[in-house]
Amino acid sequence: MSVEVRPLGGIGESVKRKEDARFLRGKGNYLDDLTLPGMLHMAILRSPHAHARIRAIDTSMAQAAPGVVAVVTGELLAQHKLAWMPTLSGDTQAVLATDKVRFQGQEVACVVAETRYQAEDALQLIDVDYEVLPAITSPQQAMAEGAPLIRDDKQGQQDNHIYHWEAGDREATDRAFASAAKVVRLTTHYPRSHPAPLETCGIVADVNPATGKATLYMTSQAPHAIRTVFSLVAGLPEHQIRIIAPDIGGGFGNKVPVYPGYVVATAASLLLGRPVKWVEDRTENLISTGFARDFHMTGELALDHDNRMIGLRVSLLSDNGAFYADAQPSKFRAGLFHIVTGSYDIPAAHVTADGYYTNKAPGGVAYRCSFRVTEASFLIERLVTNAALELGIDQTELRLRNFIRPEQFPYRSATGWVYDSGDYQRAMRLAMEKLGYEDLRREQAERRARGELMGIGVASFTEVVGAGHGAEFDIMGLRMFDSAELRVHPTGKAVLKLGVKTQGQGHETTFAQIVAQELGIPAADVEVQHGDTDNTPYGLGTYASRSTPTAGAATAVVSRKLRDKARKLAAHLLEAAEEDLEWERGRFFVRGSPERAKTIQEVAFAAYTNLPEGMEPGLEGVTYYDPPNMTFPFGTYMVVADVDRGTGQVKVRRVVAVDDCGVRINPMIVEGQIQGGLCEGWGIAFTEQITFDPDGNCIGSNFTDYLLPTAWETPEFETYATVTPSPHHPLGAKGVGESATVGSPAAYVNAVIDALWPLGVTNIDMPVTPDKVWAALRARGVGE
Amino acid sequence: MFPGSFDYRAPTTLDEATTVLSERGEEAKVLAGGQSLIPLLKLRLASPALLVDIGRIPGLDRIELRDGGLTIGARVRHADLERDRRLATTFALLAETAPWVSDPLVRNLGTVGGSLCHADPAGDWGSVMLALGAELVLRSRAGERVVQASSFFVAPFEPALRPDELLTEIRIPAPRGRSAGTYLKLERKVGDFATVGVALQLEMTDGHVARCGIGLTAVAPTNREATEAGAALVGKELTDEAIAKAAQLAAAAADPRDDIRGPADYKRDVVRVFVQRGLRTLRRSLEEARS
Repeated sequence: MSVEVRPLGGIGESVKRKEDARFLRGKGNYLDDLTLPGMLHMAILRSPHAHARIRAIDTSMAQAAPGVVAVVTGELLAQHKLAWMPTLSGDTQAVLATDKVRFQGQEVACVVAETRYQAEDALQLIDVDYEVLPAITSPQQAMAEGAPLIRDDKQGQQDNHIYHWEAGDREATDRAFASAAKVVRLTTHYPRSHPAPLETCGIVADVNPATGKATLYMTSQAPHAIRTVFSLVAGLPEHQIRIIAPDIGGGFGNKVPVYPGYVVATAASLLLGRPVKWVEDRTENLISTGFARDFHMTGELALDHDNRMIGLRVSLLSDNGAFYADAQPSKFRAGLFHIVTGSYDIPAAHVTADGYYTNKAPGGVAYRCSFRVTEASFLIERLVTNAALELGIDQTELRLRNFIRPEQFPYRSATGWVYDSGDYQRAMRLAMEKLGYEDLRREQAERRARGELMGIGVASFTEVVGAGHGAEFDIMGLRMFDSAELRVHPTGKAVLKLGVKTQGQGHETTFAQIVAQELGIPAADVEVQHGDTDNTPYGLGTYASRSTPTAGAATAVVSRKLRDKARKLAAHLLEAAEEDLEWERGRFFVRGSPERAKTIQEVAFAAYTNLPEGMEPGLEGVTYYDPPNMTFPFGTYMVVADVDRGTGQVKVRRVVAVDDCGVRINPMIVEGQIQGGLCEGWGIAFTEQITFDPDGNCIGSNFTDYLLPTAWETPEFETYATVTPSPHHPLGAKGVGESATVGSPAAYVNAVIDALWPLGVTNIDMPVTPDKVWAALRARGVGE
Repeated sequence: MFPGSFDYRAPTTLDEATTVLSERGEEAKVLAGGQSLIPLLKLRLASPALLVDIGRIPGLDRIELRDGGLTIGARVRHADLERDRRLATTFALLAETAPWVSDPLVRNLGTVGGSLCHADPAGDWGSVMLALGAELVLRSRAGERVVQASSFFVAPFEPALRPDELLTEIRIPAPRGRSAGTYLKLERKVGDFATVGVALQLEMTDGHVARCGIGLTAVAPTNREATEAGAALVGKELTDEAIAKAAQLAAAAADPRDDIRGPADYKRDVVRVFVQRGLRTLRRSLEEARS
């Protein structure tokens, strides 16, 4: 058998992305590309009010409109016990409103018609009689005396409070503050943002009336978990549900939850016996699906006489919207926010969190952020910068003095995390060197003398990503492991099936590289399949930077299992003892006789043709991997910015990013993740916000007002790496998909504050817009 | 983002177009580049019964320089002005404004005439035409009439255009003496409407200001000319004091509102800053051109 010599494409190689050929040529298969025979189209009527009682809904005109097949209301769903559904955080959410609407954009009724245009025309004919109620648009309003009760549907719910949650040690923290030489305080709002994937959410529900099987094509980051949820919600047997997530055009957490449109489309297909498609338009996506952040935070940092951090106290108010629908591990009410001690060796810390209902859209998702880690990282990095500025010592010096030292790992934090590995000093020193930090500080001093406003921002983040392990991390009780199934064909080509699901992260390439590394089959010969629950092993899905820590580990482990079997086969073929065989990537050979060798392809063929006595045929396996711990990627970002005295505009001049995500499987893809995250971080820092007026009207309802950054306005990013492997991950890898969105917002804002600090400006809440900067300048008599 | 249903006509002559508009103008919208109208249709903010597409009428896409003046056809696209190299030395204000209009995708399709007829107070071209003292030529079955840019912008999204009329061209008079122009725009991101825009056209004879046109974007119910500010400079040398005074008068002429882009006093101050910066830049460029 002849063997083609091909590049391996193992770990550390910047293999070009396999998936790009179809995406770049328009040959991908996104949900809205799908058309099934007899397919109907659904459109959703949404509430124009943030808070209103529904007196009556008249659908008679819509029912009679051309092309309309059905009009669905909450009342109709209630007859099938589907008017409400459980959320991922153990609350309930209205599928279609029956009693009240609780946010602008809430689903009120659906029209199913022969075409989408007919469905949209008919929506305008539905007459809803609303009694408008006062709206609540912040947790401060929600907790006020006499605030209107939003969730009067919930038995026993007397106010708008959802949860109270604490982490850390209150007494130890109080003692630290009592002995502090200096306490620095910061109150800030991390504004509501939105993942805004380019492809909006949607479903094609196809319930076969003959077999009863529901095939649900869905833009889902977590098809298996969603199948289980659907089974529980709809009472359908789980084996009768098949979820297929086709190509997905970005998720960023937005495509984790179950949305009302999915439920109604499925119910409609079940009742009508025809496939039903529903795809959100841009406004629907922005006003009703999983938002992110919206935390009001106060942090206090205690330092001793040597400028050592000795205590951290944080209280936060979470604006969860009308239903508590955060997608996060169930034991953690404010996500993993208690990573808030960040990169610092702070012996005492305490966090309190309180969540409130408001008349805003529900669904706090981990927008490119491992469950509220972004908010935590932002708070500590803003606090540390303000502490340095208040103490009059350099921002890098204060950080270097207080970093957890390399020899302290594994490091147990004051809020209970066990950090796996890190070398924060090294990352920061590299960033300083690449930026030319000292020179820029000199330039800043010269510019200041001329009245110019220039700032250098620093952030040294530490993330916690890769949930589980399963005993601690679960969603609706489902343990957060993940899986990989590897099947090597007789000719030595392989198919790898995953429980996770790419939305653009490049799984079809990187996971093939892991197989290449571990089993010696070239990455080009490994097809990665994912997204189809009938065809892949169970997993919790792709979000929170968890695919590499969980499914990546599973892929390595299953590859090694197969390699063990391959060794037995090779020993049989070479008529040698197993222990006399050496493995080099792609082949086994007899120790001392390298010419006596069998390639992995030859071994694979033997697995189907020439087996030792008693061995099961085939070369395949499946692994479910429950990680022993999270991974803790980290890095230092530095930003140089100039502020326009006349207009308040901030011009970011340079961004230097040093990231350490452990071993990099595909450095090019990692680079892309970081570039994208730095870009999104810029947007969050300077332009993006889902705004509400006092009546609860959502202002950021389209891309004219929800300002996603593009290559045009974002600066050039200079990226560098250090590599500190994770000691517990089979490949030494950590998650990286979110590092830059987590770490960069603070660096951008710190640059602005650094520029304005001498004027007495200590904080500007994000987004740092020109008018806010202008107001801060004019308030201190600075102008042009 | 699914528009309601509408009829569609694509006349191939101006006469055919004006005939259609004379019959159904009240229920029609004219479609040129579609970069404002189509989003309005998709959001169902506009639901006209008829679209009259002027894309097939020949001759509306000319840019003609004659006797120092300029004629811009109604269907000239933003990108056409952006790419016309003659403008840098004749009407720099046009050349400078074009790249500020939205983003390249919009500029490749959207038209200058369409933008003017949309009469969005945040539109860039309205201010530019005010600063240049442009005239708009409107055609109907009844004939042709010429309206000054200063009379064209009646109210937000309301131009002085009858339902049976079609804009056919924009005429810009020849500048007096040596001229320079610039456009300053504050936007939240590329492609955004202006938070504040200032169009400046400066015309100098013998070291004195012969004419100064100042058009303001997004700080009044319509594009607005800061006439007092411009008039205050006429006959004067362009000193720092004169510039500062004009900048203050321009800021006083602005009537902005608080909105998501910022409070009114911010926008008014940016008008002042922009007029001051812009006039200083123009003074410098005229000085450099002389030396």
